[in-house]
Amino acid sequence: MQLIECPWCGPREEVEFHYGGQAHVPYPDHPAEVSDEEWAHYVFFRDNTKGRFAERWCHSAGCRRWFNAIRDTATYRFESVHRLDAPQPHATELARSRRSTAP
Amino acid sequence: MAELLRTHPLEAWSTALERLPDTVGITVEPFVAMAVVRLGAVGAASEALGAGLPTTPNTWVPAGSGRAVWLGPDEWLLSSTTDTPEELEARIRAAVVPLGGSVTDVSAQRIGLRLTGERVRDVLAKGCSIDLHPRVFGRGSSAQTLLGQAGVVLMALSDAGDDFVVLVRSSFAGYLADWLLDAALEFTPTHDS
Repeated sequence: MQLIECPWCGPREEVEFHYGGQAHVPYPDHPAEVSDEEWAHYVFFRDNTKGRFAERWCHSAGCRRWFNAIRDTATYRFESVHRLDAPQPHATELARSRRSTAP
Repeated sequence: MAELLRTHPLEAWSTALERLPDTVGITVEPFVAMAVVRLGAVGAASEALGAGLPTTPNTWVPAGSGRAVWLGPDEWLLSSTTDTPEELEARIRAAVVPLGGSVTDVSAQRIGLRLTGERVRDVLAKGCSIDLHPRVFGRGSSAQTLLGQAGVVLMALSDAGDDFVVLVRSSFAGYLADWLLDAALEFTPTHDS
């Protein structure tokens, strides 16, 4: 079984974790001015990257904390994990490839 | 009003657990008062509680008559064998609420199983991938993890790797007792000869 490194608890079995989807999806700057279609893109549309992908994970059977991870979706290898309060070393690079929430 | 008798969830397993050899001894711990503390400012609380809260992940420390277990960066499980649940909650509340924390009585949530013997590490290893060797999981270590399919809090009580406490949710206790008995089967003599 694959071990996932929890930033608090250390390496644990993958069944202890829950997947939380794509990380760093920006909340609209002016929510009141966003159209229904743009809201739909914010709420439902996510990247389907092959390769390095910033994701949210939750160590639900352990410390129950959410954290961010950079995972390769082709190899399943976790490159790095980050606490929510930690800076995101790859965030800028990943953000460039991310489709904007606008349609 | 009818008197409600308190029964232990593992009462039906007591005979089977007593039959286990000393190398994989499993004893049911008595009910203790437990409370979950959520708190950001740890340092001040340790003074107010009169006992330190462990800030290193996956550790526990003795606290008064009970234990303080790290459950998360702002979450601890405190137990007491001498206080009633109400006393424990009130005592902690007085200490942490002024600091912006909160406390919840969870005495009925978990029960404890004490695992002693030189082979209990092998039994636990059948359902849990954590390295339980005393070199890395000595006295004072704890872990919230899955044992079999049940979520547990695992604590090491000795530096020899032969004394553990497993806290499990009461409703999972029967399942876990069955699972432990099955895992201990190979260390259990089945014939009198």
